[in-house]
Amino acid sequence: MRPYFFGIVLTASLGGILRLLILRSDYRQYPTYPHGYISHLSMGFIAAALGAVAWPALLEAEYVAVTFLAMAAQQFREIRNLERESLASLDLYELVPRGRPYIEGIARTFEARNYIIIASTLVLSAIDLALLRGTSYPLRIGILGAVTVLLYFLINSFPDKRVADIAHVRLGKVHFQGPNVFVDDLHFMNVGLAEAKEVYLEKALGLIIEPKDIDAAATLANPGQRQAIVHLCAKLLGIYKDVDTPEFSPLMRRDIKSGRLGVLIIPGSGDPQALIAAVKRAPVLEGAAAKPSKSYAGRERDDYHGTTG
Amino acid sequence: MITMARLDKLILATVALEEARQYVAAGGSGPVYIARDTEEQQRIAMYLSRITEGMVHDLENGILIIVRH
Repeated sequence: MRPYFFGIVLTASLGGILRLLILRSDYRQYPTYPHGYISHLSMGFIAAALGAVAWPALLEAEYVAVTFLAMAAQQFREIRNLERESLASLDLYELVPRGRPYIEGIARTFEARNYIIIASTLVLSAIDLALLRGTSYPLRIGILGAVTVLLYFLINSFPDKRVADIAHVRLGKVHFQGPNVFVDDLHFMNVGLAEAKEVYLEKALGLIIEPKDIDAAATLANPGQRQAIVHLCAKLLGIYKDVDTPEFSPLMRRDIKSGRLGVLIIPGSGDPQALIAAVKRAPVLEGAAAKPSKSYAGRERDDYHGTTG
Repeated sequence: MITMARLDKLILATVALEEARQYVAAGGSGPVYIARDTEEQQRIAMYLSRITEGMVHDLENGILIIVRH
């Protein structure tokens, strides 16, 4: 293995750096703390090391070493379980919970990122072994570094789908009919406290979300998808709520006739444009995405007018 | 939170106005509190809501209920 030593160390390090690049602390607010970073980075480095040794092991006819990849996959699936469990237990103490489907999506993303790292280091080490053998160290570092940057942009060019891609979002008017609160013509709930009503009339913001096609309508109808959206709104804009004021929980309701959806929230900061931006940028959950238009029955529906993509 | 088909929506208490007394029958869950006027009714409902972390709903017949969602 001696002749491969430099190549393995180099590709493994570049893979680790790639993991660092795609580890973002973004609107998901996770991982936000050093320990989250450390555990994901170290798993990323392990993944990178596995990808880096695979080709050299094959070339040395060490076929057993390749089976370690399978073992690694097992380990990374374990990551998904750990992420799921820890996020689900934290979720019990959120003012506005993420909901299980969102957690499932996050856990799956963390697992998948390790596979992306393995695949990337396989590519890096293949380039190193096939094209760069015997060239100088600085050249190898330079070229493989450039390929790493290229891979980073490639990975980022597959963006998640967001609500803005599948629906139109606009402001609606919050008003009451008796004790019932509405956004435009969409009913939300019955609010019994006069004090709470006043707060709603003064501070609440309402949005109407119109799905662009039948796929979008089916996706947004998913309660997990809706919970993810209100969670993000509450996280990004702040929330006017405490544990003992359940009447201020942000809600998302569906008009069962038209499939339109409404968001009702009392944000900490009442900027309507910020709220629209938050909803538009909320991710479409993998677990909620539905595509009835891909089926014969779906295309036979009265409300099928083609898809927007 | 949107929860799926579970029987966890419990009426924790009922606050009725004196004149709406005849609209609440015995049985079911939670005690019934009788208020002398709407102001007192709102106050009792607010206290019960904060204490039980339940939500106040208005049945529009002089009766408020506190529900745990």
